[in-house]
Amino acid sequence: MGWMAWTLPTTLFFAGIAALLVAMTVWQTVSPGRERKGFLPLTTSRGDRLFIGLLASAYGHLLVLALTDWPLWIATAICVAAMAIIMKWG
Amino acid sequence: MKTYNNKAWWLVLPVFVLVAFSAIIPMMTVVNYSVQDIFDPSTRYFVGTEWYREILADPRLHDSLVRQFIYSFCVLAIEVPLGIIVALSMPRRGLGVPVSLILLSLPLLVPWNVVGTIWQIIGREDIGLYGWILNSLGLDYNYASNPRDAWITVLVMDVWHWTSLVALLCYSGLRSIPDVYYQAARIDRASHWAVFRFIQLPKLKNVLLIAVMLRFMDSFMIYTEPFVLTGGGPGTATTFLSQTLTQMALGQFDLGRASAFSLIYFLIILLVTWVFYTAMTHNDNKE
Repeated sequence: MGWMAWTLPTTLFFAGIAALLVAMTVWQTVSPGRERKGFLPLTTSRGDRLFIGLLASAYGHLLVLALTDWPLWIATAICVAAMAIIMKWG
Repeated sequence: MKTYNNKAWWLVLPVFVLVAFSAIIPMMTVVNYSVQDIFDPSTRYFVGTEWYREILADPRLHDSLVRQFIYSFCVLAIEVPLGIIVALSMPRRGLGVPVSLILLSLPLLVPWNVVGTIWQIIGREDIGLYGWILNSLGLDYNYASNPRDAWITVLVMDVWHWTSLVALLCYSGLRSIPDVYYQAARIDRASHWAVFRFIQLPKLKNVLLIAVMLRFMDSFMIYTEPFVLTGGGPGTATTFLSQTLTQMALGQFDLGRASAFSLIYFLIILLVTWVFYTAMTHNDNKE
């Protein structure tokens, strides 16, 4: 695995994504979710909302990096909150 | 409630393994590279988000991004209407059908680097048909020294190469419209425009979305044709995103910066494709 040039932060990042996917699979198996319409202008399933949240988080981090001098944890905090809102009411 | 047999998911496993090796693992490596300064496999330093900050403030990236969006917009604005017109004017029966299908497929069979070479020769003002004709008409055309001419040539080349794809997709969409629609239109004495606007265009919507998505992704990733034709020049007039990326990754061997760049590039394509995909499936759900 040396050729992949792993670092601790990227390992934690991918472990987080993998854990999210496993958790979503278990959640869906234990209590199946249905597609529904929230404040987003389209009908979404849980997986759709997770994808939208992750994509929005990626863009959120890039925007903070491009436009501000804020430390990155502020962007992460905002994105986690946004993700929670999208998952709950999206 | 309808029950599903989830065992079928195992059938997806081979594709998943293939995609893991061809896309997911390389993508993870790119993420790892993008947070490090790499000199060789054993000499690398963690730099956090420094490359991202640099890349996002890099005017070279901004310029090629703007060029790339203008290019993709022009490609779609020309190829989609032209493809529809070509598909509408193709014969519906008889010998003309296979002949026109074969003729339209020919440009799609030519490899990208050969397309570049063909247009490099056609565009020359001394021996090339296109360049010679334009110069004979009194136009001062030279794609190697004039940015406007270089842009026109790259666009004409793309239109020549890929309009067929849009036309073939639209033609297949048109062929799937049952005759009863046209009969009803004839009874109502609908004009050609009304037939197009209220029968053909709505039925073409899904095919057109696929055509737009394919042409957007392809034109947004374009590399070989402009590279062979103009080499990104004159100056940087036709240097698009992928060429800027290649210069960074292979020319300067700046792997960290290039990885950060490719992830941003990937995110742009992912967002646009997702929007197209959602629009498509949303449409289907409504129907």
